[in-house]
Amino acid sequence: MAGVVSVLRTPLVAGGKRISDVTRDVCAAMDRKPGALWWAGFLLSVTMLAAGAAAVAYQVATGIGTWGLNTTVGWAFDITNFVFWVGIGHAGTLISAILFLLRQRWRTSVNRSAEAMTLFAVMCAGIFPLIHMGRPWLAFWVFPYPNWRGPLWINFRSPLAWDAFAISTYFIISATFWYIGLIPDLATIRDRAQAGLKRSIISFFSLGWDGSYRTWQRYETVYTLLAGLATPLVISVHTIVSWDFATSVIPGWHATIFPPYFVAGAIFSGMAMVLTLMIVVRKTMRLEDYITVRHVETMARLVIVTSLMVGLAYLTEFFTALYSGNPYEMFVFTNRAAGPFAWAYWTMVSANVLVPQFLWLRRVRTSMAAVFVISLLVNVGMWFERFVIIVTSLHRDYLPANWTGYTPTLIEVATLAGSFGLFFTCFLLFSRLLPVIAMGEVKGVLSYAKEKRHA
Amino acid sequence: MPKRSGMLDSTRRLLIGIFEDEDGVLAATRAARARHLNVVDVYAPYAIHGMDRAMGLEPSRLPWVCFLLGLSGAAAKVWFEYWTTADNWPVNVGGKPWDSLPAFVPITFEVMVLFAGLSTVFAFFLVSRLWPGRRSRLIDPRITDDRFALVIEQTDAAFDPEEVSRFLQSHNAVRVEERVEEGRG
Repeated sequence: MAGVVSVLRTPLVAGGKRISDVTRDVCAAMDRKPGALWWAGFLLSVTMLAAGAAAVAYQVATGIGTWGLNTTVGWAFDITNFVFWVGIGHAGTLISAILFLLRQRWRTSVNRSAEAMTLFAVMCAGIFPLIHMGRPWLAFWVFPYPNWRGPLWINFRSPLAWDAFAISTYFIISATFWYIGLIPDLATIRDRAQAGLKRSIISFFSLGWDGSYRTWQRYETVYTLLAGLATPLVISVHTIVSWDFATSVIPGWHATIFPPYFVAGAIFSGMAMVLTLMIVVRKTMRLEDYITVRHVETMARLVIVTSLMVGLAYLTEFFTALYSGNPYEMFVFTNRAAGPFAWAYWTMVSANVLVPQFLWLRRVRTSMAAVFVISLLVNVGMWFERFVIIVTSLHRDYLPANWTGYTPTLIEVATLAGSFGLFFTCFLLFSRLLPVIAMGEVKGVLSYAKEKRHA
Repeated sequence: MPKRSGMLDSTRRLLIGIFEDEDGVLAATRAARARHLNVVDVYAPYAIHGMDRAMGLEPSRLPWVCFLLGLSGAAAKVWFEYWTTADNWPVNVGGKPWDSLPAFVPITFEVMVLFAGLSTVFAFFLVSRLWPGRRSRLIDPRITDDRFALVIEQTDAAFDPEEVSRFLQSHNAVRVEERVEEGRG
């Protein structure tokens, strides 16, 4: 791999790696015994998951009355968590599909973990509507199937039915995309593993991949097609989630800005979560040469862009409400900024619009600690965004006699903690069992910024 | 081993050049085609940019599967939504028209993506003969790690293995070997 290093472009992978180094480094991270930090994180996650599971069992057995909802605030914590997790999931598809179509080759170091993160986030999201149904064992009722009640079909005009289709399609397509990307890497692991149970399982799922270029050519075609399908899909998913609110007639929800506003917010929060995880992964798994400062910096730039979009949406939303002449609409927005939930509103504005502005400074973007803290704050802010949209639009409705507050119960908080437990348990297991870096793709970009020997 | 349709003769003789980098195998493939050698396949740990042109491969027809199955999925879903809401068991929802096509768009789109995506993947598995548990037959154990292989078929008596070996070595092949493949006829 001799060659002249370009002065114009910096290599995507640091440390002058050869092809075999990629296999060795990525597999070494899986072969090493997990460290104390991994065990600590895993135990904490499993504990949170167990607490969440107990809370879910209790609320399913007892009923939704265990929540802090009342007749005025009929949606609150549960839906907030749902929208939050679906949003987190969006960055994975952004990195794997949209950046692939835009030929952003730096994506190869982060796409595998971002896609895994998407799957786990969508799993977490799916739990909340399931619990909200009250009788989750009847969840299949949201899909049309022949039945003896008529047959009575679902209402295809309802955004909630759209949601069920959008989220399940999103999960299936993301899982397929992820698995397709994994096949060549599974073959790599298979061919260097000792015979045994692990090798047999990996061999089973590697589909007999032998590196034939005829297969590679079709593989690239399929990958591009899936990326082309996943791109409008990811936009449709959060658009449909926003329609859950926008197609209602509640002031503060009934706004045409919702779809782009939600999609931008989803990518914003997802990017922040990818940053949170990547900064930990590169350090703990010794993959600093693959997930370089440049990767973190590029993603930080995407955080600024989406933060500005979200900020613009907040302003537009406010302006439109005040300019509408509709007293209910005007009231909802002044109530958001100055009412009983003003603290949540200003947490949201400062974490989502003000804090990310520090990323304009190169020194902040290249400091792992600073980016880590900012990415955590963004996630807090984005959680509050959904909370503010949902609760402040409901708690003071048309009739002042109905006005109430809302406080989550311990059960609701435990369920949220449980979803974080599930997310991190899955991610930590993934980081041990599967290659966190797409070896087959990183090998293809090693020669990036090196002059070819042959023209 | 590469499988080709229409190969009924019992055995074929192959000449395999192993390379250490993508530039070597790419240049050798181009040169082999220019010499009218029969390039059976190339094996690589990753998708080499420009190899399809070097091998003279036709573009895959999988986009057609994607397009047609996506279209049928969408058409079937529109029909199903119309049939359930307007014909089989009409339910009055807020006085909306029975046949409220715009409201059917989101789910139709999702089903189209689902059909198109899954069918393309299954078609890919089918044409590339990939299935769970299939045993892999590697040209070289390091193909999935860091080695590249160019497989050339010895077509007729005029084929000179010595000369082709020298040709492969001149393109920086680290190893050249002859193999006889048992036919499946």
